Amino acid sequence: MPSISFVNVTKRFDRILALDRLTFDVENGEYLCVLGPTGSGKTTLLRLIAGLLKPEDGVILFDGKRVNAIEPHDRNAVYVPQQYVLFPHLTVLENVAFGPLARDRSEKEAMEIASKTLEMVRLAWRAKSFPNELSGGMQQRVALARGLASGANLLLLDEPLGALDARLRLDLRHRLRELVKQSGMTAIHVTHDREEAMNVADRIMVLRGGRILDHGLPTRVYTKPTGIFVANLVGGASFFEGVVEASTREGTRIRMRGGLSMTAPPGLLAIDEPIILGVRKERVRISSDELKVENNLQGEIREVRFLGSTREYVTRLTNGDVIVSRRFMEGSNPSFSIGEKVHACFEQRDIMIFAYPPQGLRKELEMV
Amino acid sequence: MRNAKVRAADSPSIFHALLVRVERFSAIPYVTKGVYSVAIAFFILIVIAPAIVGILAQLLTLPSLTLSASALARMQSAVGWSFVIGLAVSSLDVVAGIPLAWLIVRRRERWTTILDSLADIPFVIPTVALGFSILEFWNTPSGIGMIFGVNSLVGPGTLLIMLLHFAFSFPVIVRVMVGEFLNYRETFEVAARTLGASAFTAVRTVTLPILRPAVLAAFLLALARSLSETGATIVVAGAFENGTVFIKNARDAGLTSAVVIASLVLIVTSLVVFALVKIVTPRIRIAPLKVWPNLERKLSGGSAVVARNTISLLVFLVFVLIPCLFIAFPAIQAVIDGALNEAVAGVGPWRAFWSSMLLSYVVAILATIVNITSGLPIAILIARNRFGHKVTRIIDALVDLPIIVPSLALGVSLNFFWRNMGALPEFWVLVLAHTTITYSYFARAMAASIEGIAPELEETAKSLGALPLRVFRKITLPLTKYSLLSGAILVFTRSVDETGATSAVSTTLKTAPVLLVSWIRGSIAVTTDERALGIGFLVAASFLALVLLRMITFRQSKKK
Amino acid sequence: MPKLSLINISKYYGEIAALDNVTLQVEDREYVCILGPSGCGKSTLIKCVAGIIQPNRGQILIDDKPVHGVPIEDRRIGYVFQDIALFPHMTVKDNISYGLAVRRAPEGRITTVANEMLDVINMRDRSKSFPRELSGGAQQKVAVGRAIATGSHLFLLDEPLGALDALVRTELRYDLRHLASDLGLTIIHVTHDQEEALSIADRVVVMKLGRIVEVGKPSEIYLSPRSLFTENFVGETNLLEGKVIGTTGSSCIVELGSHKVGVTDANKRVDQRVVVSIRPEFITLTPRRPETGTGWEGQIKQATFLGSINRYVVAVEGEPDLTIHVPSISETGEFRVGDKVNVSLGQGEHILLFDYPEDGLEKEIALE
Repeated sequence: MPSISFVNVTKRFDRILALDRLTFDVENGEYLCVLGPTGSGKTTLLRLIAGLLKPEDGVILFDGKRVNAIEPHDRNAVYVPQQYVLFPHLTVLENVAFGPLARDRSEKEAMEIASKTLEMVRLAWRAKSFPNELSGGMQQRVALARGLASGANLLLLDEPLGALDARLRLDLRHRLRELVKQSGMTAIHVTHDREEAMNVADRIMVLRGGRILDHGLPTRVYTKPTGIFVANLVGGASFFEGVVEASTREGTRIRMRGGLSMTAPPGLLAIDEPIILGVRKERVRISSDELKVENNLQGEIREVRFLGSTREYVTRLTNGDVIVSRRFMEGSNPSFSIGEKVHACFEQRDIMIFAYPPQGLRKELEMV
Repeated sequence: MRNAKVRAADSPSIFHALLVRVERFSAIPYVTKGVYSVAIAFFILIVIAPAIVGILAQLLTLPSLTLSASALARMQSAVGWSFVIGLAVSSLDVVAGIPLAWLIVRRRERWTTILDSLADIPFVIPTVALGFSILEFWNTPSGIGMIFGVNSLVGPGTLLIMLLHFAFSFPVIVRVMVGEFLNYRETFEVAARTLGASAFTAVRTVTLPILRPAVLAAFLLALARSLSETGATIVVAGAFENGTVFIKNARDAGLTSAVVIASLVLIVTSLVVFALVKIVTPRIRIAPLKVWPNLERKLSGGSAVVARNTISLLVFLVFVLIPCLFIAFPAIQAVIDGALNEAVAGVGPWRAFWSSMLLSYVVAILATIVNITSGLPIAILIARNRFGHKVTRIIDALVDLPIIVPSLALGVSLNFFWRNMGALPEFWVLVLAHTTITYSYFARAMAASIEGIAPELEETAKSLGALPLRVFRKITLPLTKYSLLSGAILVFTRSVDETGATSAVSTTLKTAPVLLVSWIRGSIAVTTDERALGIGFLVAASFLALVLLRMITFRQSKKK
Repeated sequence: MPKLSLINISKYYGEIAALDNVTLQVEDREYVCILGPSGCGKSTLIKCVAGIIQPNRGQILIDDKPVHGVPIEDRRIGYVFQDIALFPHMTVKDNISYGLAVRRAPEGRITTVANEMLDVINMRDRSKSFPRELSGGAQQKVAVGRAIATGSHLFLLDEPLGALDALVRTELRYDLRHLASDLGLTIIHVTHDQEEALSIADRVVVMKLGRIVEVGKPSEIYLSPRSLFTENFVGETNLLEGKVIGTTGSSCIVELGSHKVGVTDANKRVDQRVVVSIRPEFITLTPRRPETGTGWEGQIKQATFLGSINRYVVAVEGEPDLTIHVPSISETGEFRVGDKVNVSLGQGEHILLFDYPEDGLEKEIALE
């Protein structure tokens, strides 16, 4: 029995449709990441589960039982907001003990639970401090501990690492997942950071404009995304507009602008059908000469970006389209320089094919 | 979902078990809605309705009311003058108060914090005492006249009223603006300066426009106080009449028609003026940017700043602080003259004085208790939109009513309602009148304070499993307890201070300020020393309240 | 002539040194990123340059002229704030025009420049909107436009992308970089995001606790930093404590927990305590087979698919767990939890050696 079920849940704020007939399940003990841009409805989703908002339509089920009318304090879900919202007038220990106390545990029991949870997050030594005396990372751990100690079995994390420095996030996200898994709670973790989602999620759900665009294992969502927006959101890719020229059992030939053409995997596509092709950055190789792959497009290096463990080469093809290639571990000197004439090479099977979006490619890729 | 059993073995006390029962009871939706409904009912029926009904009832008696031509002329002139004085004084207060508030906030030094407390003084001194102090300062040979070698620099009349109103509305502006400047994100100003604006230009083109709503609110508050003030105005008016003085005189002369008509006119005009200002001013478009870089650069310079601060301080000292504190001299003189013993013994006029002080405090305590209990749910309701936007806006506007409507006029209506229609004894009419007049102070202060608490705090507590009463007890209350205390003290001091409505209501019973007005005006004969000492006692008591208030806010800011 | 010179800048708040003897030179048209954790003093530093804060000691020279005593408005430096700070009571166009308007520039010129700027940031159609009607990314663009419209050539950006979604950040940072090159601007860009700094900076300045730790080109900072803090801060790395047991000319042997490793480093003495650092992408994994004797024996503890790479945590006897990144297109295929593997640190060319820090390892690399 899934821990949470949404069936056609709709939420409106005055005229604005925040969530549109959402339907999905979360399994018991699962760590689900909801990934989407700001304004996609992720926070609204969490607040509906927490009971802080009521849906206009649809049913929310916990363990198969309808909870639409149940107040937050009676639901078994605890909401951890983005800004942590630690109670400023209570000590760290009192903050963490708040949940158990509110759920009718005795003072002694509540303090015990709180101490143990603080030890799990390695903050027992700051039990008597006040929230404003702690650093950002510590506050985050206290907020997490408060959620873990609450006695609920569903943890709702709203951008739990959003307020932290980038480097700190790299360290803490794994610890976060560890602690949640240790506790056995089901978790829904909302974020706009794709790296974070890929690192911690059992499954990923992509939300945009109040609708679910994709929902599944990270591997599947990455390699076989349901659409252009999802493809772009979960990993870097280059996109091209094209028209189907010929379709055989070996492959599909796509005519692009300016006379360029690509060979895509075979598929059921009609001739002259407009489509969008996508290639992941790491699947594109830059080479001075042609390589033994189906696609070798000529172009010129326009930009070289150093990202630490990787380098990206932004290449302008002869037809004006831009393709990005990501290479690993190149060392201190780039393999190619700006202005150099090169080939962008990639295999046929690495091409993702998408239907042409009604609003055009640019609108489809907009991060809203 | 929830384990509904209370673990008896771990709950040490019956009190705890009872508390848990009450908490769970409070979680029932009907119960919470019920509590709020009772509060709203009380608010509407006991606080607001009597005022409105009283006014309407008097309106109905209008056809039977007659006003002689001369009385009509007098009334028109008086009411007109009320607004002229009010608008003029409030504008001057805004112009004088903003630079001082700026100085207090931007120059965080020892002496500016003291300045902050000093600016509060006219607010805490009962207006009766203020009136008398100002009279002594401007009008007697021992006052400022001493410097110029005249008996009186400004005699009772229009100018003296303006000086009085300027002084006691001043702290309103400073208080509001200090709060606004503290909350203001200075980044806007810094951004303007990085774009090339001098300090003066940045404040003029960015900070003040952004704070326009606050300046407007402060202006309206000052205006309300000016229109409403009775006790002190009577003291300094002499032969001149503004709206409230006219009503008081008419009442004393037994001209009931004049009283009723005048109070109606005053109420309606106040409401109209406020509505106009509130609606029109925000719509005034901010004119396109016009800058005089060289001039404004000079105005930002060191010498210009020093000049501005000096003028600010001088204005504050000469027109506000010293006139207000001037009462100290005659009071100390009275003590030196040995009047203290008689006063303490309760001999002669002092008997009436102490009984009126007692009355003042009893009424104040009762009004405070009623306002806290009924005002708290209303404050929560407004701050948290419990009943939806429309209801909140209506109640929000109604809460302001007792402040906008001049208290004397309000008193007339309330008196009509409770006495003539309700047939309540004078004491209870007094208590109810004070409750209505001071209601806004607590409700507003608490609403603002609760609004200042992020709703996320309460939501998080709910999400952690806390029932509504527990959320209130453990989260909302601890974070607003200082505002609760200062709100209570505000209500208390305002009630003790109240003269306007009280004069309208009281026939036999006299609260301290009302009694002192008669002492000052001479309708009850007392010696100079007795008068000075009486006022001194009233002021001393209020000072205690101010000190208490300061201590509380100091502790609150320390905890932050 | 350097555009900006900072000489021995110090700023104290009571006992605490927010800035401690900071010396830095920035050349004309350079794009410098100041990188460091929260509280390192980076914002304080640029506020001193702008004149918002006065340093207690030291000199600041712009175009070789000292700016001490020069008020903010006369320094002619563009500033972009972390919280954007668009004037809420003015339209987009008025915001952008503000800098010229307060200098009493002629009406015609103001309109021309404002329109130009609107075109550059692609917001001509939103010129009459108010800031509250715009998305975060749009607001940030207007803030940048507003600063540039004043015609300054030196810009200070205080975490300009901090308020934005992860994906918008990655796109906008390149736009920012292009704008700077196109207009020939000198930029000091403050950030806590190491990838941001590496990808767009000409030079990176790493700060910690009020001091400059290191300055260098992105590839230098990432691949051959001089300090352990920098090594750990600009990217993930594996740190192993050890002792030098032998030296030979240009390299030395380090004894770790229960393994030895050879490192190219001529500057260490025998018996010296050291910290070995190797980044996750430089460790190779091969399936363990009896015949391959090289490398360390390990077992896969965690395996996460991250899209373009697979992240593995490998348990090695006697050493801390190692984090390893393997490109997902690599020929070695994927590993699963429990697989036995051979861990190879290479020939030592990617292994860095640092003196063991005086205050201990944890304190040295502490992020807050």
